[in-house]
Amino acid sequence: MAFNYDKYLRLEKMPTLWCWGCGDGVILKAFVRAIAKLGINQDDVCVVSGIGCSGRFSSYVDFNTVHTTHGRTVAFATGVQLMNPDKHVICVAGDGDALAIGGNHTIHGARRNINMTLIIINNFIYGLTNSQTSPTTPQGMWTVSQKSGNIDPTFDACKLGIAAGATFVARETMLDPKKLEKIFVKALEHRGFSYLDIISNCHVNLGRKNQMQSAMENLEWIDRITLPLKKWEELPEEEKMNVFPTGVLHHVTDAREYSDMYYEDVIGFHQGKRSKITQDDFAKKI
Amino acid sequence: MATREVISTGNDLAAMAAVDAGCRFFGGYPITPSSEVMHTISDLLPQVGGVCIQMEDEIAGIAATIGAGMAGVRTMTGTSGPGVSLKAENLGLAQMAEVPLVLVNVMRGGPSTGLPTRVSQGDIRQSRNPSHGDYRSITLCAGSLAECYTETVRAFNLADRFMQPVFVLLDETIGHMHGKAMLPTQEEVKAGIVPRKSFDGPAEEYFPYECEADQPAVLNPMFQGYRYHFTGLHHDKKGFPTEEIDTCRKLIQRLEDKVMNHRDEIELNEEFMLDDMNGEEGEVLIIAYGSVSLAAKEAIRHLRADGIKAGLFRPITLWPSPAESIKKYTDMIKNVLCVELNIRQYTEEVERVSSRLDIEGLYKVNGRPISPYEIVNKVKEVF
Repeated sequence: MAFNYDKYLRLEKMPTLWCWGCGDGVILKAFVRAIAKLGINQDDVCVVSGIGCSGRFSSYVDFNTVHTTHGRTVAFATGVQLMNPDKHVICVAGDGDALAIGGNHTIHGARRNINMTLIIINNFIYGLTNSQTSPTTPQGMWTVSQKSGNIDPTFDACKLGIAAGATFVARETMLDPKKLEKIFVKALEHRGFSYLDIISNCHVNLGRKNQMQSAMENLEWIDRITLPLKKWEELPEEEKMNVFPTGVLHHVTDAREYSDMYYEDVIGFHQGKRSKITQDDFAKKI
Repeated sequence: MATREVISTGNDLAAMAAVDAGCRFFGGYPITPSSEVMHTISDLLPQVGGVCIQMEDEIAGIAATIGAGMAGVRTMTGTSGPGVSLKAENLGLAQMAEVPLVLVNVMRGGPSTGLPTRVSQGDIRQSRNPSHGDYRSITLCAGSLAECYTETVRAFNLADRFMQPVFVLLDETIGHMHGKAMLPTQEEVKAGIVPRKSFDGPAEEYFPYECEADQPAVLNPMFQGYRYHFTGLHHDKKGFPTEEIDTCRKLIQRLEDKVMNHRDEIELNEEFMLDDMNGEEGEVLIIAYGSVSLAAKEAIRHLRADGIKAGLFRPITLWPSPAESIKKYTDMIKNVLCVELNIRQYTEEVERVSSRLDIEGLYKVNGRPISPYEIVNKVKEVF
């Protein structure tokens, strides 16, 4: 039986404002399929987004939804999650949103290992504002704010997530909706901070002066610059920097989640149910 | 009113008031001279099952606070002027999306990093319009230790009534003042809680932003079967972005009118030794607020002992300003002196509402409090 997307979408908001051929719609569909696959009640989901093309994600899906200010997605979601630790909180942010203006919140949400899923829709450019350089724009590409070519070093989103302490870090592309759905399922099942770098296309604003004017050309480029982790590991060292590994890159299963620690330990201590928290409570002792 | 005696500081009293008023979330960031609000509430909230989190920056502090407020609980953040500057954008979102919260600002010297450990009332103008666009702030200003408690409680009820941020201004002097305060009992505070309105009909008939022209949105808590949308964009009755001309106009007009048409519910003033004023020659009206009003009261006692009939008008609600109440006294009394720890920030409002340009002022911006004698001398000098 065909999947019933209507149940999860706000049909009256269609068509989306995303350009024809944009990958964001593929990501959105894979996301609602993952929610359905896990049998999660729509009332138990909160989707928080920021500003940019990805910011509109929240208005198209029929959950509790919040469209916040630029870059602050994870910080808003932290308030929602801490007051509702048993609900599913999903952050949707763009590469500029999550890695530039909101970089601090991305780092510290990951560090706390608070239970939420951060979906970074990474199209390597500021799309909504028309082609300015983003932290992930490859060096040497044309942008409207660096017409002579971008000199800013290119950010690897997943390396940041791992370094900051996210306990589930994965990368997929919009080229394979089935893989996307699977990675969303895994991320939602993980209790802790799930950090997803989801590569999408923007042939309109990234592609237009970088020889990828059509969606297909942009998708072929995404295919060229990504490789499943196992195959990526087999690449000669000098080629690794030119290709992004995909799949689950980092998964820690024994780290305690932030709201669990707060409710059990902090509230537990203040309500006389346990002794003071000390270094003995943690594996890492400094 | 049943009362209890508590010995504490202004900052601690604000934290205690929040928890007694039903606050269950605090998102903060350290900043002098307000940090003690977070220190104290980080102990108090977990005792009642609430959450206090020190976020990574001031912006995240208010963002998490708004997030918890969207989820449906009473929330607070605390900071000082530089923190309000950083929080400004998200305060705008809370105004636009109509999310209630209380922000305690313990004022220090500005602009910029200014005088972190010293007193000021430099954030009066900032608290009126910290963010861009059209909306009306509600700003309360505590003039005693007891009011650090009672005004914080009142702020929570006003935030839920008008569905927007409410500022409680303390200043470094009153925030760090330590002494006795006569407070209402916790039972009394609890009994006085008026929670935000909610809708309990069928979900398909729920339109959070469909309300009377001068009433706030009715926002149900999240995760209870009423799925809707929050946004800082202009939005329709269900909360979805729109650019429809009439909807945009009505929304912003409603944000204005929901406050300005109900100023009587928000206004609160103290009139000190004004009963015997009748407009005779030589009468002096002092207008002051916050910790300065304590010096003004002392000054008035000295002036009266010297035969000068002086009295104090103290706005407790600074914004929206008590325009009619100020005008009543400025129409009657010729000699008016505004005393502020800033340069003319509220004097300009007094000039506006009184239509008078002969208001005298005593201003101090060096981080030191104003003494009663400075006020006495100023009155004798200018009138």
